[in-house]
Formats: sequence, C-alpha cells, structure tokens
Amino acid sequence: MAIPVQFLIGVIFGLGLIVSGMANPAKVLNFLDVGGIPAGTWDASLAFVMAGAVAVTFTGFKRVLKLARPYFAERFYLPTRNDIDPRIIAGPPIFGVGWGLAGFCPGPALTALGFGSVSAVIFVVAMSAGMALARFVAHLPSLTRFVTPADPFDT
Amino acid sequence: MVSTSFTPIASLVGGALIGLSAVLLMWATGRIAGVSGIAARLFPPYEDRQFPGRLAFIAGLVAAPVLVLLVTGSLPAQTIEANPVVLIVGGLLTGFGSVWGSGCTSGHGVCGLSRLSARSLVATMTFMATGMATVLVMRHWN
Repeated sequence: MAIPVQFLIGVIFGLGLIVSGMANPAKVLNFLDVGGIPAGTWDASLAFVMAGAVAVTFTGFKRVLKLARPYFAERFYLPTRNDIDPRIIAGPPIFGVGWGLAGFCPGPALTALGFGSVSAVIFVVAMSAGMALARFVAHLPSLTRFVTPADPFDT
Repeated sequence: MVSTSFTPIASLVGGALIGLSAVLLMWATGRIAGVSGIAARLFPPYEDRQFPGRLAFIAGLVAAPVLVLLVTGSLPAQTIEANPVVLIVGGLLTGFGSVWGSGCTSGHGVCGLSRLSARSLVATMTFMATGMATVLVMRHWN
C-alpha cells in the first residue's frame, strides 16, 4: 500500500501546485519581478502559496511527529544538520538563478510535464542532468575528503 | 512578459494542499517532501530502498494535471516564455543548485521553514534573492 499512497500524496502536491498558480512560470516570474512593483505588474500571489503551505505544514508536522513512528516506516528520517556549510551557501544561489531564468523550480517543472508542454520536457531533461551531476560530484571520493557530504536524511 | 492576475484565495488554498501533501508524506514515510531530494535520488548512487516510493510520488506530480483535465475538461493557463536555450541553462542550474544546496522551494521553503531550520531559512532567503535579481536583470537591464 505504501507505493499507491505515495502516488496519491504526489497527486495532492501536484494539485496544490496547479490550484496555487505555481505550475504557471509566468506567474512565478511576475512574483519574482519586484522591479514590476512601480508599474503594477508584480503578482504577490506566491507569497500566499508559501503562507498556506507553511501554516499547514507547521501545525501538521507538530501533530505527526508526536506519533511513535510513521505509518509505513520504522522511524522518522528528519534532517539532522544545522551548520551553515559551504554547500548550503553555494547551492541555493545557483538554484535561484535557474529559477529566475525559466520560472520553474523542481516540483512545478515536473507537474508541468503533465500539461504536455515541450518546453517543460526540455527543462526537466536539463534539470535531471543537473541533479545527476550534483549527486555525482558530491560523491566523488576525492571531494568527500574536503566537502562534508550532505546529510543523508536531508531534503 | 505576460501579465497575471493576483489570486490570493486560490494561492492560499493551493499552498494548503501542498502543506497537506508534506504532512501526509511525513505521516506515511517519515520523510521530508522535498521535490529536489526525491527526484535526485532517482539517480545513482542508491543509498536506500526507497526508489519505488520516490518514483510513485514524482509520478503523482506529473499525473495531477492529467487528472484535472479528465475531471474538469480543461487546464488552467500555463505560459512558458523562456526559449529552449534559457530553459536548458535554467534547468541545469536549477537541478544542480537545488541538489548541491540540499533542497528547493519545497524542502527548504515549505518543510524546512516549518521545522524552523536555520539552514533552510538561509537557503530560502538566498534563492529568493538570486531569483529576484535574475528576473530584475532579464527584464529591466537595458
């Protein structure tokens, strides 16, 4: 049952992306475009997506993490790191530039595939290559001596 | 650029659905609903046996618009203005950066902030700032 349940949870996530407007890159870029505030083209909607998502997750996590264990697993796999290391400094700005270029972050890009858009396919293929590359580089034996590996339980 | 209308209610409701999904995934599997982490772990090296569940979650993300189309007969507007070159460069940076930084908008932005993680706060402020700076340069730099 765990596999179909995870599919349904993915569907709920995708529905959230569609209903909220996150699956539309034009809306994402108009939110990121603070330069459009004077002209009135800024779209503040995505701040409400974040507010709704964090409100539900914050309260929901508190309740769920009081349980002895997850329904389909022996224990909770929460990220344990709390240090600000070179990777948490270097990764997010690179991601942000990619996000600002196309208007897609990973979730909405995958949901956009289901809209049947060729542009989304191009983006997801490139994104997958970037992800595979990051995992490959991070696991190079020569690099793991100098760079702390990411938390295996991290997001 | 294509102008979009301010949709606070729909965005709040959609955001709540995203939150519901994150809570349900934590309840079911005990793991963070971070899309970059889930998608990236479909590539080697494989450190655990969660591949089928991760693939099912990603398949759900892709299936959502298909279900919306089947049930309602239409899909909301989706406008992708970027040309193929920008899509490829943007995709590579998004994929590499989100995995290198251990998370994206969902893992750091939604789950991390909800867990009051300092790492996620730093990450979220950084990708928001560089995302905004990038759009500023792309749209307003003459």
